Amino acid sequence: MWKAKIFVTLREGVLDPQGQAVRSGLRSQGFGSVQDVRVGKFMEVTVQAASEREAIELVRAMCDRLLANPVMEDYTFTVEVLV
Amino acid sequence: MRFGVVVFPGSNCDVDCYHAAKEVLGQPTEYVWHQERDLSRFDCIVLPGGFSYGDYLRSGAIARFSPAMEAVAEAAEQGKLVMGICNGFQILLESGLLPGAMLRNNHLQFRCEYRHLRLENNNTPFTNLGTTGQVLHIPIAHAEGNYFIDQAGLQELNKHNQVVFRYCDANGVITPESNPNGSLENIAGIVNKRGNVLGMMPHPERAAEDAVGCSDGKLVWASILKWWGDQHA
Repeated sequence: MWKAKIFVTLREGVLDPQGQAVRSGLRSQGFGSVQDVRVGKFMEVTVQAASEREAIELVRAMCDRLLANPVMEDYTFTVEVLV
Repeated sequence: MRFGVVVFPGSNCDVDCYHAAKEVLGQPTEYVWHQERDLSRFDCIVLPGGFSYGDYLRSGAIARFSPAMEAVAEAAEQGKLVMGICNGFQILLESGLLPGAMLRNNHLQFRCEYRHLRLENNNTPFTNLGTTGQVLHIPIAHAEGNYFIDQAGLQELNKHNQVVFRYCDANGVITPESNPNGSLENIAGIVNKRGNVLGMMPHPERAAEDAVGCSDGKLVWASILKWWGDQHA
């Protein structure tokens, strides 16, 4: 069993209204040094796979097909073996 | 002309769309559960608004894999009419039947209000009864209607005259103030290149008869019927 940790973020240049709202929230709390905030999604997916390579291929296919929308989002992920 | 209204778990404008097709247009209309695979009996398939699958992950992202959506893609391929309204538009974008994607409204608010739309292209099955430049008053109700597409895609859309509606002011002028969600170039509705698939965020089914205070949306429904009539004349 493998656990994938997947980060889905808005592509560079794509407007992030949530990030902007969080940024102004942080600034109003006195964190004036905050320059930029981007809000994304974090997902953990547990998969059955025979090898790390197979797990990576599976997760990549999941991201391409459903978990991220390539029109506006990028993704990265890591996989670790579950003991 | 036979209309099918696809019902997803979480659809909430299905009854309004059914009413518009069945009662306002007076055409045979059926609800279709999203698990149904055969939609070949319909001339026009409507994907209604709502919150299919709770909008989990992204609006429309899970609904697009419903069995009915394969049949919708087939119908589109055959040149039949497909109209996605609001969440239905989002589903069409996720399924790739229309280009682009929806972002959160730039102000993060859910907006439910009447807006003015300028009809940009009356040479479609959905707008043939209108005139280009005409201003319609139709309500919106969404939190994710901020249409996004990359620059190349935007050029393609404009080049092929695929933008059908833009948000405008009461005089038909496209202004930043008349944009309710941050949508690129005030885009409110688009068609595919072939012109038989329409996606729009405003709700023509909520403004289809005088009894509800405004009938500007009837133009869309009546155009569909006229187009079909012309095909079968």
